[in-house]
Amino acid sequence: MSAAEEVVTEAPAIEAVPKRAMTLGLGTSLVVLAALAIAPLFVKNFIIFQMTMLLIYALAVLALNILTGGSGQFSLGQSAFYAVGAYTSAILMEHFGMNYALTLPIAGVICFAFGFVFGQPALRLSGVYLALATFALAVAMPQLLKLGFFEHWTGGVQGLVVTKPDAPFGLPMSQDMWLYYFTLVIAIGIYIASINLLRSRSGRAFMAIRDNEIAASAMGVDVALYKTLAFGVSAGITGVAGGLGAIAVQFVAPDGYTITLAISLFLGMVVGGVGWLPGSIVGSAFIIFVPNIAEGISKGLSGAVFGVLLFLVIFLVPHGARQVAMVAQQMLGKLKKN
Amino acid sequence: MELFTNQVLAGIATGAIYACMALAVVMIFQAIDHLNFAQGEMAMFSTFISWQLMQWGLPYWWAFLATLIISFVGGIAIERLLFKPLAKAPILTNVAGFIALFAIVNSVAGLIWDFTIKQYPSPFGSSPFLGSQLISTHQAGMIGVTILLLIALYLFFQFTRIGLAMRAAASLPESARLVGINTSWMIALGWGMASAIGAIAGILIAPVVFLEPNMMGGVLIYGFAAAVLGGLSSPLGAVIGGFLVGIFENLAGTYIPGVGNELKLPIALALIITVLVVKPAGLLGRPIVKRV
Amino acid sequence: MTAMLNIKDLRAYYGQVQALHGLSFSLNEGSLTTLLGANGAGKTTTLRAICNMVRSTGAIEFEGKALSGKSTENVVRLGIAHVPQGRGTFTTMTVEENLQLGAITRSDSKNITSDIERMYAHFPVLKERHTQQAGTLSGGEQQMLAVARALMLRPRLMLLDEPSFGLAPLIVRDLFKILGKINREDKVTILVVEQNAQLALELADQAYVIETGRIVMSGNAKDIATNEDVRKSYLGY
Repeated sequence: MSAAEEVVTEAPAIEAVPKRAMTLGLGTSLVVLAALAIAPLFVKNFIIFQMTMLLIYALAVLALNILTGGSGQFSLGQSAFYAVGAYTSAILMEHFGMNYALTLPIAGVICFAFGFVFGQPALRLSGVYLALATFALAVAMPQLLKLGFFEHWTGGVQGLVVTKPDAPFGLPMSQDMWLYYFTLVIAIGIYIASINLLRSRSGRAFMAIRDNEIAASAMGVDVALYKTLAFGVSAGITGVAGGLGAIAVQFVAPDGYTITLAISLFLGMVVGGVGWLPGSIVGSAFIIFVPNIAEGISKGLSGAVFGVLLFLVIFLVPHGARQVAMVAQQMLGKLKKN
Repeated sequence: MELFTNQVLAGIATGAIYACMALAVVMIFQAIDHLNFAQGEMAMFSTFISWQLMQWGLPYWWAFLATLIISFVGGIAIERLLFKPLAKAPILTNVAGFIALFAIVNSVAGLIWDFTIKQYPSPFGSSPFLGSQLISTHQAGMIGVTILLLIALYLFFQFTRIGLAMRAAASLPESARLVGINTSWMIALGWGMASAIGAIAGILIAPVVFLEPNMMGGVLIYGFAAAVLGGLSSPLGAVIGGFLVGIFENLAGTYIPGVGNELKLPIALALIITVLVVKPAGLLGRPIVKRV
Repeated sequence: MTAMLNIKDLRAYYGQVQALHGLSFSLNEGSLTTLLGANGAGKTTTLRAICNMVRSTGAIEFEGKALSGKSTENVVRLGIAHVPQGRGTFTTMTVEENLQLGAITRSDSKNITSDIERMYAHFPVLKERHTQQAGTLSGGEQQMLAVARALMLRPRLMLLDEPSFGLAPLIVRDLFKILGKINREDKVTILVVEQNAQLALELADQAYVIETGRIVMSGNAKDIATNEDVRKSYLGY
């Protein structure tokens, strides 16, 4: 060992999560699903809209979770992928008159490619350096979208207005409700696919890389391929979420996709529990509703209230919603025994 | 050629801001292995404290000194209260903690001092430095202070026992405990020092960017970039990185067509990432060798 | 002779796994004791438990003071120097800085310089390399540095975790000679954990044999060394 080198037995960025612990039991899943399916029938349109956003952000948080919880890579740049997805959908709908549903897979594929390409230089970076690189991407994205060069397509600073789709086949439901169920179906599909992905051979490769990159490569895992693949998948899902978001909000503009969004998604992942996919929806609820609650408590100090609430969460449950779920499960287990 | 020299000079002048911030970033990274996202907000808060003290009639240098002490104690208090309990939590939880701290400090400063822009005095004045229109006496003074600070830190870490103990605690915590070093307090001390250095940075920056709760947002990003570029384990690297980022930012704005003010930051960041891809430990950082 | 270190019913845990199962033993002041046993028997854990670096229950008393609940650094400040496995060298610092770190808790700064000179007398090779980064030393030199660093504390008790590990036999002999000298001349009580039982028993006056977290044999080092059964079943030579 040479003098200038420092030997560090570095702990992995996140704790290992066993595969089975990454999902919910079938029973619980069905209960949650039933609640999500029935709830919109009893609430106002505005709340349905918020629930749609809840699902959309949950998808984006889930995507980050696959990247960080699955493969151990860190990203503060998810807002960039989200923006690309949103703009793809918006441009295809408004400039090419494409059906909204068809734009989503295209948004996903484009973002997958974008993420996969971005993952290449990211391969050489880890920890804070990767954080900085992804952060740079997030900071750059709104500026790039404003560039005069793309203005014909993106609408520049003004952005684009997106038409909200009606319910098809003459179904008797409002636009908001239709969009909610549409989003719900997509979200369930992606959730199931994600779980299967993490249980597959690729998922095992992700987790091997997360837990010990060198050991993983020694076992024959193509580290470079799987790391970029994780970036691609994560970006692809985020892109679909972005496309859905554009449709739901009916508007895309550069300033809707700043670093603040990336930070929110990151917080959502931490609050939901890193590596625990069902936590994504809890994290999403946190980033959507807690700022509102904070504003309700004190307008002038909403930032401070938000910060304090966040501190409370990480003090009481540093492992996020996953920890709450585990404690609940243990208590249920004890009840059953008695 | 004159344009080029002028832009480099202007770059050095803005670079001094980043260098100062980068020093604070490196201080805390050495102590806790994290980038403190709230560092800029803490510096901003310190600057407001000094401003308030001056409003109450304290002369500049007394306010300066008092602010350093308050910031030092405040940094330690934040570590003891908020981050010591998180020492064993996952890394990402700590990052969430920094973001929470950011939100709190920013919002509280806005409530106390509101968001209007305030003038902040400079002890060096703002006349042209040695007849140059590009560097003012304030900016020259800022470069001087940054270099003095760097020398002071070097002397502290090389030649004092407490500096030695802090280095030991940062490099091998377990061994440090086995020679009787209270590593937990060394971390708190690192927070205190980083907070005080941040206060100096804020006080020097405020006359340039004006005082308001969001004054440090952009500066901190450049400070991070500078610290990472220089190598996170090297205070000297951080300062050099700061100047380089400043110079590059100005040159890119002048020579690359289509780069307005808006794209300066992304381009600077892109350059840094390029550097890191080639040399991941930064310019002066120590390569970290992992034991398998 | 009075017991300097008294350990009663020590149990230690790594997470859910129990590594020590009610271990009791004591060290006499001025003695040189060795703790022997196979891999995984709990030798290292015992040393770590004394310094509170692992979760444990039971009573540990040092010179009449209870150590439980004290942080590692406060245990060290009582005069217990611990040379860990792998030596714990501060590789990026110079040899001299490593020695100064050993004395970091002492307030008698005047004597520190003369103590460093004493260490250089014990280990001349360290003097030759005093401005070199410690990471550039060979394994044997690093071990000497680790022992010297521990002595800079002016400890009452020194704990050594497998000092012979990874060293050439000749260097191990040298090292053990110096340990004996330190024990006699500087009146430092020493507890050394070893796998190299033969050598450790030559050096020590007292020995304990540990197996799966329990003491299974104790006595005079010479008796244990000559006991055919013990040698065969526990020490493997």
